[in-house]
Amino acid sequence: MSRLDIQKTYKLYIGGKFPRTESGRYYAVTNNKGNLIANMCLSSRKDFRNAVVIARKAQGSWANATALNKGQVLYRIAEMLEGRKEQFVAELMVQGETNKNAELEVNCAIDRLVYYAGWSDKYQQIFSSVNPVASSHFNFSNVEPVGVVSIIAPENQSLLGIVSLIAPAIVGGNTVIVLASETKPLTAISFAEVLNSSDVPGGVVNILTGKKEELLSHMASHMDVNAIIYCGKDENQIKNINELASNNLKRTIFYKKGDWTSSNSESPYFIEKMQELKTTWHPTEV
Amino acid sequence: MNKQDTNIFKAAWTYDEAPESTDHIQIKKIYELFIDGKFTKPIKGNYFDTINPATNKVIASVAEATTEDVDVAVKAARKAFGSWSKLSGKERGKYIFRIARLIQERAREFAVIESLDGGKPIRESRDIDIPLAANHFFYYAGWADKLEYAFPNRTPKPLGVAGQIIPWNFPLLMAAWKIAPALATGNTVVLKPAETTPLTALKLAEIIQESGLPKGVVNIVTGAGETGASIVNHPDINKIAFTGSTGVGKYIQKAIAGTNKKLTLELGGKGANIIFEDAAIDQAVEGIVNAIFFNQGHVCCAGSRLFVQESVADLVIQKLKNRMETLIVGNPLDKNTDIGAINSKKQLQTIENYIKIGINEGGEIYQPKCKLPKEGNWCAPTLFINVSQSHRIVQEEIFGPVLAIQTFRTIDEVIEKANNTPYGLSAGVWTQNGAKIFHLTQKLEAGVIWANTFNKFDPASPFGGYKESGFGREGGLHGLKPYLKFE
Repeated sequence: MSRLDIQKTYKLYIGGKFPRTESGRYYAVTNNKGNLIANMCLSSRKDFRNAVVIARKAQGSWANATALNKGQVLYRIAEMLEGRKEQFVAELMVQGETNKNAELEVNCAIDRLVYYAGWSDKYQQIFSSVNPVASSHFNFSNVEPVGVVSIIAPENQSLLGIVSLIAPAIVGGNTVIVLASETKPLTAISFAEVLNSSDVPGGVVNILTGKKEELLSHMASHMDVNAIIYCGKDENQIKNINELASNNLKRTIFYKKGDWTSSNSESPYFIEKMQELKTTWHPTEV
Repeated sequence: MNKQDTNIFKAAWTYDEAPESTDHIQIKKIYELFIDGKFTKPIKGNYFDTINPATNKVIASVAEATTEDVDVAVKAARKAFGSWSKLSGKERGKYIFRIARLIQERAREFAVIESLDGGKPIRESRDIDIPLAANHFFYYAGWADKLEYAFPNRTPKPLGVAGQIIPWNFPLLMAAWKIAPALATGNTVVLKPAETTPLTALKLAEIIQESGLPKGVVNIVTGAGETGASIVNHPDINKIAFTGSTGVGKYIQKAIAGTNKKLTLELGGKGANIIFEDAAIDQAVEGIVNAIFFNQGHVCCAGSRLFVQESVADLVIQKLKNRMETLIVGNPLDKNTDIGAINSKKQLQTIENYIKIGINEGGEIYQPKCKLPKEGNWCAPTLFINVSQSHRIVQEEIFGPVLAIQTFRTIDEVIEKANNTPYGLSAGVWTQNGAKIFHLTQKLEAGVIWANTFNKFDPASPFGGYKESGFGREGGLHGLKPYLKFE
């Protein structure tokens, strides 16, 4: 006897919960044959602003979590993803990937999480310094998270792309608001389910689906966002982001790469881009 | 401390004049642009005066670079980049070492000119600005052949031509902060000093000529905001480094959007200086004075917001007032002077306007009874009490010797107040409790934090801001990165 599948309703991921967009709007995502895959939430400016408030609230305590703890949380995400590998491979294939590429992407995403889990208590030692000043002071510089980061995910490699951006951001103590791939948003929301079962505190990662054209300017101009990452090659969008980022001197980071499986897609320098450097002086003479 | 003690101080602190001689220094009547290794006349033939702010008399006439001159300078820098970037790090480093030594040899001349042109006390230009500038070249000279050790697993490459725009508060030092790391990393430079303080940069051009640095590697163009805009908007510049106001910084980030120019910004600040009840109070009072009155308060990282724990507020404020009575305001060339001339008439108006705003918004002002010279631009050291977070003199950068004082009860309260500003450049903490220091230094959102000290600088120590105080670091290993790309 045949059985009717239960289809998943894809919603947003904000503050550790899965709400629908406050706007009540949707957009249809289709596969390359033009058939409907899912109706996704068409996030509004207000959804984004709500997510920023929640990400800001979560940032202080996440930054204060020990490096060891952050590393274990990231490792836990990898464990959860490993356990749901087949689901992600299938979902990537629904979005148009070949079986081979889908498997490569999921494996690579899991390994990347493990890679950054290992950096959690090491990048600080790479990027910090004790500075030999010519006076009687002890002087050192250490890295600290920049704060709240907007991330505009790449259109392709919709799982590996966000993993490659979220992992270095959060391992460095930042909280993020991610706009998922517009055309391939399914895996991003399924990844939110992985995050939600992985000891990642609510609000550390927030994931929206919707239209770049609509949300990009808000993500770039919001006064309580410290940095913005944009993946893509659209020169107009890059210019627009840079102009709006000047409102509050947001740090801007652009990745034009198309392939996130390559070995140069992971390094501690991805973490460093979302870090500030603080220098502290204290006299040594008594 | 009571009134009588103050009077004892006053009597003890009467000094005879001790002016630094100006006999040995050489200032030309007219300064040209330094382009492609030569001093060249500006294409449009315009000049502007640079003025001694202590007398408002003209010191020299200085060429005004227009877009056309900037273009010639950029072309010279572009041409020079080819061979300069290919020169071995060792050889590059030797040129930079040479510049450091030449500054040291002429340090006294530089110090006097710095004080004449900018108004800062000779004690500061002699002991801080000029030695630090020489040391900065010396520090980065040594990096030139060691860059691959600074960035593990990466291959650093120079960017190309750097356009650099610097402010008037530390003229030679800021030129050193910009030029030294750019040269060490193999870039070439077009630098614009501020229009009110161009002389030491032009003297540096003479030294660069003497050093035999290949022509076009460093070009110095003088002028005001329009000259700066010509640099920012020039299509053949790869990097902009700017130190100045947050307003102009935002303008620059916007202006270069859509280009491939890299950007570092070192902008304004409203530094919180926090005094706990368990601080060494007398040292803290000296720290407050240094934090806000150093260089007439023309310091982006000045401790312009003072937070005193309520239990010691009366004591600290009284001691601070007593100390302010002893500060000597006047001739920048006098070795006894603590507070020199305000850099320009325009800046004096800005400061005076803020003082009016402070009074109108209900702040209680205090200024010591000091005699100010008749000619020139002067401002007595000033503090305000009875102000709160919403007062404009607490929120906005004044860039003068004006301190806004608030009190606090708990650590959490002072952290929240200190961070409640769009700026994030500097902060100070005064306590004898170690755990308190580290708690505070972790929580304060600022790029530089001084604990039981303030306004200390060193070539090995990275400097730069969080939030709207800009991005990128100058100084130390971290100061190399803004001038490199990685393939």
